[in-house]
Amino acid sequence: MLNGPTRVDRVRARRGRPQLHLVAAAVLVAAAFALPGGYVVWRVIGGTESPLALLTSSRTLSPLWRTVQLAVLVSASTAVLGSALAWITTRSDLVGRRFWRIVVPLPLVYPSFVGAAAFISGLTPGGIVHDLAADLGFNLTLRLHGLSGAWLVLTLFTYPYVYLPVAARLASLPTAFEENARLLGDRPARVFTRVVLPQIGSSIAAGSLLVFLYTMSDFGAVHLMRFETLTQTIFRTRLFDRDRSFALALLLLVLALVVVSAERTIARAGARKGALLTGDATVGDRRALTVPLGRWASPAIGLVAAVVGLALVAPVVSLADWGLFGWLRSRRGGAPLRLDWGDVLAPTWNTVWVGVATAVIAVIVVLPVAYLTTRHRSRLGGAVNAVVVAGFAIPGLVVALSLVFWTLHASPFEFLIGSMPVLVFAYVVHFGAQAVRTAQVAVDAVPNRMEDAARLLGAGRLRRLATVELPLMLPGLTAGAGLVMLSTMKELPATLLASPIGFRTLATQIWGTYEALFLPEMAMLALVLLFISALMTWLLVVRRSSHLR
Amino acid sequence: MDERSISSRLIRSAATILILVGLTASATACGGGTDSLTVYSGRSEKLVGPIFEAFTAETGIALDVRYGSSNDLALLLAEEGDKSPADVFLSRSPGPAGYLDDIGMLSELDDDVLDRVSATDHSPDGTWVGFAGRGRVLVYNVDEVAVADLPDSVFELTGPEYSGRVAVPGSNSSFQDWFTLFRLRNGDDVAIEWLEAMVANGSRFYPKNGAIVEAVGRNEIQFGLVNHYYNFQKVAANGDAQRSANHGFAPGDDGGLMIIATATVMDSSDEKNAANRLLAHLLSDGQQRYLTNKVYEYPLAIGVAPSDVLPPVPGDRVGAVDIDDVAAEFTRTIEIIEASGILDQ
Repeated sequence: MLNGPTRVDRVRARRGRPQLHLVAAAVLVAAAFALPGGYVVWRVIGGTESPLALLTSSRTLSPLWRTVQLAVLVSASTAVLGSALAWITTRSDLVGRRFWRIVVPLPLVYPSFVGAAAFISGLTPGGIVHDLAADLGFNLTLRLHGLSGAWLVLTLFTYPYVYLPVAARLASLPTAFEENARLLGDRPARVFTRVVLPQIGSSIAAGSLLVFLYTMSDFGAVHLMRFETLTQTIFRTRLFDRDRSFALALLLLVLALVVVSAERTIARAGARKGALLTGDATVGDRRALTVPLGRWASPAIGLVAAVVGLALVAPVVSLADWGLFGWLRSRRGGAPLRLDWGDVLAPTWNTVWVGVATAVIAVIVVLPVAYLTTRHRSRLGGAVNAVVVAGFAIPGLVVALSLVFWTLHASPFEFLIGSMPVLVFAYVVHFGAQAVRTAQVAVDAVPNRMEDAARLLGAGRLRRLATVELPLMLPGLTAGAGLVMLSTMKELPATLLASPIGFRTLATQIWGTYEALFLPEMAMLALVLLFISALMTWLLVVRRSSHLR
Repeated sequence: MDERSISSRLIRSAATILILVGLTASATACGGGTDSLTVYSGRSEKLVGPIFEAFTAETGIALDVRYGSSNDLALLLAEEGDKSPADVFLSRSPGPAGYLDDIGMLSELDDDVLDRVSATDHSPDGTWVGFAGRGRVLVYNVDEVAVADLPDSVFELTGPEYSGRVAVPGSNSSFQDWFTLFRLRNGDDVAIEWLEAMVANGSRFYPKNGAIVEAVGRNEIQFGLVNHYYNFQKVAANGDAQRSANHGFAPGDDGGLMIIATATVMDSSDEKNAANRLLAHLLSDGQQRYLTNKVYEYPLAIGVAPSDVLPPVPGDRVGAVDIDDVAAEFTRTIEIIEASGILDQ
């Protein structure tokens, strides 16, 4: 059925060596992304702890083992969940698809400590979600902690890393093959495994890899769940046992490099087996493919509603409960809300523009990397890819400290310290990895043949990029930009340490009120962040990546 | 071949955007003249912001404040070294200040600042001064525990009546401050024995004071070793619905300890006079009264009484014991806490 190689482009393995300029740009980008890792190595060399010696101690091995366990479990469950949600919301006749497409990616926007805290306090006895459920006859007494608690919370808050790229890939995938398969009598499940899965496999892998790296670097959720991972140990020892902290950070980085390289090897092996579908269909075929769910309609909507209910609504209800409580309290003449417009408006604006600026810059910066690694096979490409992507596993605090270090002590840019470029640079280096894999998938989806045709017709490189490649890549690039934007909007450690003094975002305000235990105020700010993120996801990501329908 | 243009164009446009972003930002960020101080504050803006505003109103000296967690700010200061823009650093506990003292980044404070507090509330070499205290207390659930049954000593918590009922914030920095002192006073053997007995008694690990107060309030667990401050914030927010209360151990017991928030002036500061003025303001009667009446902390300036609603002043202070090598002692504390198994409970 799929033996029509004429309709299928072998995109990879482009002839010839990469252009020198492309190589130079990619290497430059990799060098920038290597700064945090380089700082860690520098500190370990100057320190007294050897990472290898630490490896023999159970104080290191047990958090390391916990980290691996958790990261494997979370990336596996998000791979299944994220892909299922992407297929249901883009390919089926699910009721209210447009609405679900906006809300499904949103759990990503909770700062880890807020989402997990609201989730836990809502679901435990005395929490509003628990009590409401009890009134309805459900007993939700979960004791969330340790591996299972961390797994559940991280799965619920990170599946959008898989969902967004997979949904974007599905949006750009020609539907003709699926339709043909259906017309030839394949059931939807069979169409999915034989036609769709091979096509979205690399997007699933890309997303799961991000989840894996995110889980390695997460501090907030594992901290609240009392699950001691490597990053927790790094945080706990960061001040009074700095050498050990850095040695452990190096260990984390090495683990990340191994995982990223392994994923790339596996992804390429998989790609060699099947070719990506990007036939002529892509350009002409803009019809939506809608698979009737039939008797699966109820389970499908049940799944989507359950996930959104747990990951998005449950924390929102807790937050609204806290916020409302504070508002009622002030209305009844109790303690007034300690929040004014100045606490909300300027931080909201800062959050919005810095999120968008970072997302755009990150996508531009990683494009050379994506081109080099997908269009050309080289060891250099592999190394560049590993450096750029693995950096995502480095905790934000280390990224911030490293940039302060390099700016002040090893660069001509000392005057830039505490300025916006350093902060945006930190964001890009920290979150750029999220745009790399989706950009790679996007570049991969552009058929050589189409570009060749444009070239033969005399279109210059830039014109080809603007008129042929960018439109084809847009859904993928937008998904990557969306991930970077949402991550930047909630970023905390780099914003606190490397921003211009006085620069406030919603995340810093949420953290400030949380630290002071001003929960009603914290809840209101968190709701503002959620609302703004929903609005921007809709305006900038969903509308664009689903322009096909 | 104009393939080259794509990457170089992209880079050029990225650089342009970066520079533009930078220019707009630095244009807005600039401003302070000679009469401004830079403060790194490990205390939250919601708590100390009003104190800073009063200072600027009084003196005309503008304050640029970077808020963050005390440990992270100390790491940032260490990384910045001599080039740090910070003049003053406020820390939640003496640990981060001690760390900076060890690497020689703090200056000696003026005598009139140090004299505002008793000798136990500033460092022996005069590099940091305490400005507010939080007491270590036992929080308990008021529906489950009778006041008469409350323990006098932290050592009682290893007994059978507390089996599985006490929450311990093993990874929390205030708990580690307390445990370091507890260890130095009683010796490592006694401290390790106590912590292991707590583990054997089924005590449970929670990461944060706030989480413990919440858990005790909803009767998930009945007791918890926390800072006094959290329960006040909870009661302020929830009123009678908050079913937890603070209990101070008997005077002189090792369970009760005051952890003091510290203020320091950086050695690299060019504005040491103005910086000392800010510290004196922090310790003035008016601001100390604000700290105890509005923020529910213990005032440390001599002659200022704690708010009536606070439990009796806990006996000893973290600053009272002279720790020669702060970093080494805290490292040892972390080792013992990890080895005890409390973090796996």
